[in-house]
Amino acid sequence: MNLAWNTRRRRKQERLARISGLVRDGRFAASDAATVLQELIEPGDRVCLEGDNQKQADFLSRALATLDPARVHDLHLLISVIGRPEHIALFERGIASQVDFSYSGPQSLRLAQQVADGRVRIGAIHTYLELFARYFVDLTPDIALIAADEADAAGNLYTGPNTEETPTIAEATAFRDGIVIVQVNRIVDRCTRVDIPGDWVDLVVVADKPYEIEPLFTRDPELIDDVQVLMAMLVLRGIYERHRVRSLNHGIGFDTAAIELILPTYGERLGLRGEVCTHWVLNPHPTLIPAIESGWVRSVHCYGGELGMERYVAARPDIFFTGRDGSLRSNRAFCQAAGLYATDLFIGSTLQIDRDANSSTATLGRIAGFGGAPNLGSDPRGRRHSSVPWLEMTSSDEEVRRGRKIVVQLVETFQESGVPTFVERLDAVELGRSAGLPLAPVMIYGDDVTHVVTEEGVAYLYRARDIDERRAALAAIAGVTKIGLGADEGRTQALRSSGVVAFPEDLGVRRNEANRTLLAARSVRDLVEWSGGLYDPPKRFRSW
Amino acid sequence: MIETLTYEFVATQSVEHRSHVGVVASGNCEILLEPAADGRSAVVVRTSVNGFGGTWQAVLGRFFARNPVAVQIEINDFGATPAVVALRLEQALESAQ
Repeated sequence: MNLAWNTRRRRKQERLARISGLVRDGRFAASDAATVLQELIEPGDRVCLEGDNQKQADFLSRALATLDPARVHDLHLLISVIGRPEHIALFERGIASQVDFSYSGPQSLRLAQQVADGRVRIGAIHTYLELFARYFVDLTPDIALIAADEADAAGNLYTGPNTEETPTIAEATAFRDGIVIVQVNRIVDRCTRVDIPGDWVDLVVVADKPYEIEPLFTRDPELIDDVQVLMAMLVLRGIYERHRVRSLNHGIGFDTAAIELILPTYGERLGLRGEVCTHWVLNPHPTLIPAIESGWVRSVHCYGGELGMERYVAARPDIFFTGRDGSLRSNRAFCQAAGLYATDLFIGSTLQIDRDANSSTATLGRIAGFGGAPNLGSDPRGRRHSSVPWLEMTSSDEEVRRGRKIVVQLVETFQESGVPTFVERLDAVELGRSAGLPLAPVMIYGDDVTHVVTEEGVAYLYRARDIDERRAALAAIAGVTKIGLGADEGRTQALRSSGVVAFPEDLGVRRNEANRTLLAARSVRDLVEWSGGLYDPPKRFRSW
Repeated sequence: MIETLTYEFVATQSVEHRSHVGVVASGNCEILLEPAADGRSAVVVRTSVNGFGGTWQAVLGRFFARNPVAVQIEINDFGATPAVVALRLEQALESAQ
């Protein structure tokens, strides 16, 4: 048997030798990008393309999509977010034929079509942490195409507030002899700070324009309605106050933005400042500014940045993780790990929830995935540190016991279009079948959900004695959906008495108070004022 | 096209005043409530979204089961969810007492 132990390293050297004429001091010209990629990449390669939740290596992805499919084909694409049109073009043109990813929101319809047409095979729809983990096991990239703000002569990189997952991709690729190619906005003498050391980087190219980035976490308080305020009050009294929740993650929706905005008003009146919501794992949500300014928040660790929040974050280094240069240092992998293991609560919304509290945002004809929610909205059974809320989730008095993460689903009983949120069967089941997936794309499994909150009240599912009582508790707050109309009035009263269900009046929440005037900021302009002018919202959020 | 729906419910309690909550805006509704003679309640719904008569019946039925008040209610709806309608009904009642 002839064993060779350095084939990956040798292949890397052979590949780099093919383009040596186009490279000077580790750099190649933007105009040579397609040629360089075509020479380096071989059919069947695993190519990790930085399409993050926010930051996009869009110069490199555009170049990749122009390659000749006769030369470069059957690539296995690794990408956390399929977000740009040319990502789909890679399948359409026959350049890539397999994909492993986490989320594809903007391209979910086109992705479903590509799968139906047999142009691409989905390995799996991962949660972020799971996808990153596989980069270090069986999905190690041969080629990584990433994005940064700055590179210096040694290839050191500065990734700005949106570091996101760049270091994770670079590490997985660089340390197993893959090739790391980075597009940068500019070359500098000295990086603002070093986020990725130069010896992890093989090739640098200055992009034709700065990388694309989206403000995904800005929620205009103008659009929060009274029902969302009511649900925020229920969460604050029925869950945060009840269980003394200090460390937590919030989803992206208006429902959770409403909670952030009533902390300095309703929460203050309840005397909860310093008692709840002190340590956060979330992006720099502009709607968190009033709570930070009012002294509620001790720390925030971020997956990524948020456009417009740069100066505000830099001016609050006691709260945010920042570099010596002053700007935010985010890291999606660490933040997901923090959200999984170190927070006591996750709360988010969904489009559909079934009678067992399984939830999904998947709808027929779209293959979207869920990003971080399945990871954050699950109980980490490896956890070994205790806290009051975590232990409260168990009724066991055994000598050996474990607590449980609080996982909350926050939904209105109906969507705006009159479509019920509570359903007999998730669309995800049919979608999974039609797309040939081995698993129905469930976002959060019902057995991980401890609480469900609707405008009708709170279901304390973790207190239910059995599956039958769980279903009854859920039906009790499902309003006039078919599932809700099936609730038995007498049983609901009994569940209220035993504390498995709570209506607003049981929690001291007055519906008449559920009003937008409870929001500490009622517009983006209010948020700017709270920030002392440090928050600089993107144009589309400026109405003045 | 505006659909008009009417409902009646049996009532045992009374309220003091008139009240007016909400606005006719997208995703919202306006509710005008006034005291009625004992014994029954009447509701007129004018809605821009057709085909939800059963849902209105269920939302109003639940409200009057919890609050058997003798009132005349006029609802001008512009695509409010059942959650918004239920909240506005409770608010209208609280303001009228």
